Amino acid sequence: MRAVLVILADLLRGDTQADRVVPPTGFTARLTLFAAAAMTFLAVFALALSLATGRLAHNWSTELARSATLRISTSQDQVAAQTAAALQVLQTTEGVASARALSEAEQQALLEPWFGPDVPIADLPVPQLIEIIETRKGYDAEGLRLRLAAEVPGAVLDDHTRWRRPLVRAASRIRAMGLLSLGLIGGIMAAMITLAAHSALAANAQVIAVLRLVGARDDFIARAFVRRFTLRAISGAILGLALGLGGILLLPSAQPEGGFLTGLGFQGWGWIWPFLLPLLAGAVAFWATRRAARRILRGLA
Amino acid sequence: MIELDNLAYSYGGGELLSEISLRLAPGSFHFLTGPSGAGKTTFLKLCYGALIPTAGRAMLFGQDVRELGRDDVALLRRRIGVVHQDCQFLDHLPLAENIALPLMVSGRDVAAEAQNLDDLIAWCGLSHRRNALPPELSGGERQRAALARAVIMSPEVILADEPTGNVDWEMSQRLLQLLVELNRMGKTVMIATHDLSLIRAAKSQVQTRVLRIANRRLQLAGADL
Ligand SMILES: Nc1ncnc2c1ncn2[C@@H]1O[C@H](COP(=O)(O)OP(=O)(O)O)[C@@H](O)[C@H]1O
Ligand SMILES: [Mg+2]
Repeated sequence: MRAVLVILADLLRGDTQADRVVPPTGFTARLTLFAAAAMTFLAVFALALSLATGRLAHNWSTELARSATLRISTSQDQVAAQTAAALQVLQTTEGVASARALSEAEQQALLEPWFGPDVPIADLPVPQLIEIIETRKGYDAEGLRLRLAAEVPGAVLDDHTRWRRPLVRAASRIRAMGLLSLGLIGGIMAAMITLAAHSALAANAQVIAVLRLVGARDDFIARAFVRRFTLRAISGAILGLALGLGGILLLPSAQPEGGFLTGLGFQGWGWIWPFLLPLLAGAVAFWATRRAARRILRGLA
Repeated sequence: MIELDNLAYSYGGGELLSEISLRLAPGSFHFLTGPSGAGKTTFLKLCYGALIPTAGRAMLFGQDVRELGRDDVALLRRRIGVVHQDCQFLDHLPLAENIALPLMVSGRDVAAEAQNLDDLIAWCGLSHRRNALPPELSGGERQRAALARAVIMSPEVILADEPTGNVDWEMSQRLLQLLVELNRMGKTVMIATHDLSLIRAAKSQVQTRVLRIANRRLQLAGADL
């Protein structure tokens, strides 16, 4: 990273006089600018996707994983006794940090979205819910189920892993695909800039011949091209970054119930990543053009 | 500085040049003549490392051209000023910048040498054209510009391939004058030409040797000129 910054600083300081030895070539300039802008635009979204799914997978596998719910459904007169029995079992279960029966008000709040505020829950045969908070190590769900089956017949353990696991797996896959996309985007940009550089070098064969005749070393000639393509790629990437971030900011802001889609964006330190993209684009362009220039120059007379 | 030892060259067919040996002493002034197609341009290219001899040895500043890398060749071209027969320029840069190009590519401070550049451009009679682009120049102006570019680095050796091919008599005298002047400053000069009057004009000003390519060999021409 340091090396890249040093090179970029050197490029930006530049030798504007030496740059003039290569005539401005409209077509390759526009191609490079466009490729860098488009690829950075895509990279912003791939990055946002990777970061958001990463966050999601992390949240699901930490917060949700640490809580479970025990449901007691039995005849009304049995509820109190079975709840007490269940709490008793839970308190002696290794891996359970705390267990607590939800109050009537809390249960009402949970059910309100479905039944409305006026339904008297106390009069309905609603199961009693017990919230379980796990320790970091977690408990043995199967063991707990067996004990509950013996001691609290009306208890059903819902440990969330059933639906959580595939979601966490999906989130990790999406994140991996996002990262793969970033890699592909970088590769395509390198390929396009290599093509543009080849075309620029071919178009300037006579310029290169004259420069060689008056004593220019390959490095000097390569630098003139490399500097140009790197600066163009950086400008294009800045443009693409601005458009990409604009698009991200225009997305509706994250809502708790919106879940995944509205969470697509950058948070906290994550904001650093998109701003590294122009530097990365510059590094890719630098590397691709230098390779192309060196290879072509070495083949010349 | 330039030593050719029993050198031969062929473009692929038969040998164009054979059994050529020559030591170019520092400060000498040579003409190279011969009919068109005899191999004068080829010979000069062997002298500045653009061609590698197919047999024998060419030593430039003590280095065998066969052992030169691309960077070595580049550095060599800063020490040998060449006026090419088909002078080529960077068509998008004005004349003055084209003449300063060798300074620029060798990393010298062009601004610091602005006075030298102006003097040289004036010497070659190009002051009024200094902002013109090369495609706008006449043949003679291009040749003068090529000479100016060849000497801007103050090279030890100057090789000129038909430098007066496109200029009128007066201007050819002027170019010759410049080359004679450079020779008096200690530079080694070799001019390929078939213009015998140019050679006669030079003989009155400077001690020259005339080399002639005939029958693939390099011969020292006698006093028959
Ligand atoms: N690159 C080349 N490939 C093949 N033949 C060449 C090449 N350059 C020159 N020749 C041939 O070599 C001969 C000598 O050319 P040249 O050195 O230019 O002669 P001069 O400068 O004396 O007119 C000519 O017959 C020319 O056709
Ligand atoms: Mg010739």
